[in-house]
Amino acid sequence: MTALGVAGGLLQAVVIVGGAPLLLGLMRQVRARLDGRVGPGVLQPWRDLRKQLRKESITPRGTSEIFRVAPVLMVAMTVVVAVVVPFVTVDSPLPAVADLFVVVALLAHGTVITALAGLDTGTAFGGMGASREVTILALVEPTALVAIFALSVPVGSTGLPAIVGAGVADPDRMISPAGLLAAVALTLVVVAETGRLPVDNPATHLELTMVHEAMVLEYAGPRLALIELGAALRLAVYLGLVATLFVPWAIATSAGVGALALGVVAFAVKVGVLGAALAAAEVFLAKLRLFRVPELLAGSFLLALLAVTTAFVLG
Amino acid sequence: MTVHGIEMLNIAAGALLLTAVLVLWRREITMIVRIFALQGVALAALVAVLAWDEGSAELAVVAAGLLVLRGVVLPWLLRRALTGAAPGQRESRPALNVAASLLAAAALTLLALAVSAPLVALSPAPATRAIPIAIAVVLIGFLVLVTRRHAVSQLVGFLLMDNGITAAGFLSSAGIGLLVEVGVALDLLLVVLVLQVLTGRMRETFGDTDLDELRELHD
Repeated sequence: MTALGVAGGLLQAVVIVGGAPLLLGLMRQVRARLDGRVGPGVLQPWRDLRKQLRKESITPRGTSEIFRVAPVLMVAMTVVVAVVVPFVTVDSPLPAVADLFVVVALLAHGTVITALAGLDTGTAFGGMGASREVTILALVEPTALVAIFALSVPVGSTGLPAIVGAGVADPDRMISPAGLLAAVALTLVVVAETGRLPVDNPATHLELTMVHEAMVLEYAGPRLALIELGAALRLAVYLGLVATLFVPWAIATSAGVGALALGVVAFAVKVGVLGAALAAAEVFLAKLRLFRVPELLAGSFLLALLAVTTAFVLG
Repeated sequence: MTVHGIEMLNIAAGALLLTAVLVLWRREITMIVRIFALQGVALAALVAVLAWDEGSAELAVVAAGLLVLRGVVLPWLLRRALTGAAPGQRESRPALNVAASLLAAAALTLLALAVSAPLVALSPAPATRAIPIAIAVVLIGFLVLVTRRHAVSQLVGFLLMDNGITAAGFLSSAGIGLLVEVGVALDLLLVVLVLQVLTGRMRETFGDTDLDELRELHD
């Protein structure tokens, strides 16, 4: 545990928790403007959260503890990832946790907990949403692991600080077939895991198509606020992961105030640009039929596998 | 070979593989033809990098020829074979569904890696290390050839195989002579021309080029 790692971890926690709803607001605003609407403004997700937090907490009859603790667990796991992954600095406060496998497992656990909560309500929608989400999760997790693994092959370590450190030392390294294939695969993972188009439409509550929204339909009040905050955090963490792995510019390597400030600003800009690009791309996309989604995910898995193969072959 | 040369070579090889996978992934036939044109450009770029590295004018001429033939002429001929067909033709029912054929492509890539390991071990240079990718393109082309039902996409599968074979030839021995190369190119052009005429006749007679419909005898 170094000073650089601790400073980075604290900064990341503050920046990501504070900034994730703003990222969501930015993406909605971009979409609204491109659709020709005025849009509610970047701050709207924070206003929504404030409104939800003031409401009373309602627990549906017949639900168990799982339903009550799921939002807290989901947010907690995502915050752990937000703290340990080297987003702002090349060091991590808990290097043992900042491992590729641990990080992907923590993010997957967040989804599993939400799916359990969806099943716990015993409603048709909860079960349907959970079933769909778990199907997508089962196809996405191998892709995420293999895609990041492709980057760890040349470094010889699955620790994210080592991978990011090597990227900072030699940014050109990412412009290789393995890097490009892994980038495409991981982008598809982000799209599928955060429930964006074309896998899931975050703005819909239509029975036939919703995936994530169906699982959390029974939540209201402060718990809904936590669920929404968790979803925004996941989006920020996944986009941050893509940014820090593939565009490792201006990540702080020393604990000076200037370097840390530059790291924070660069992280915010990178994630903001990625989010805006994702939102702009969504304008041109229609949602895929659910039965076509495995095709897309099989494609992304293939790309990730090719990335690992070329990383070994072309080295 | 310089560091940038290796980088360019790797990117061209990666583009070759990526376009092969995309042919397997997409359903619209016009899109498949467009991706095939991109692969022709990637192949020409690969040969151009080798030519630049060795300072060989002959290879540079071959690269330009590849660019014209595989990046422009063959895709144009394929597009002509498509005109007159109903717009938005798709590979609607491939013999192997898309998700399964993508996983098959993953397995084929690993197979290519395994079988070409001895080849790479003979002389581990940056160019020879990309041979597995060329062999993977050959195998993926073969997969397209056997699993697709539309005449034009089968043709693209055949040409994909040929792209892979050409790439493997250049990567392993820096070309097989200008004369042989021109001969192969003419052969290929002829095959595509003949098949284009055949496709046109098929459509005139049957109204479609789905080869699966042609299994039964008609009066």
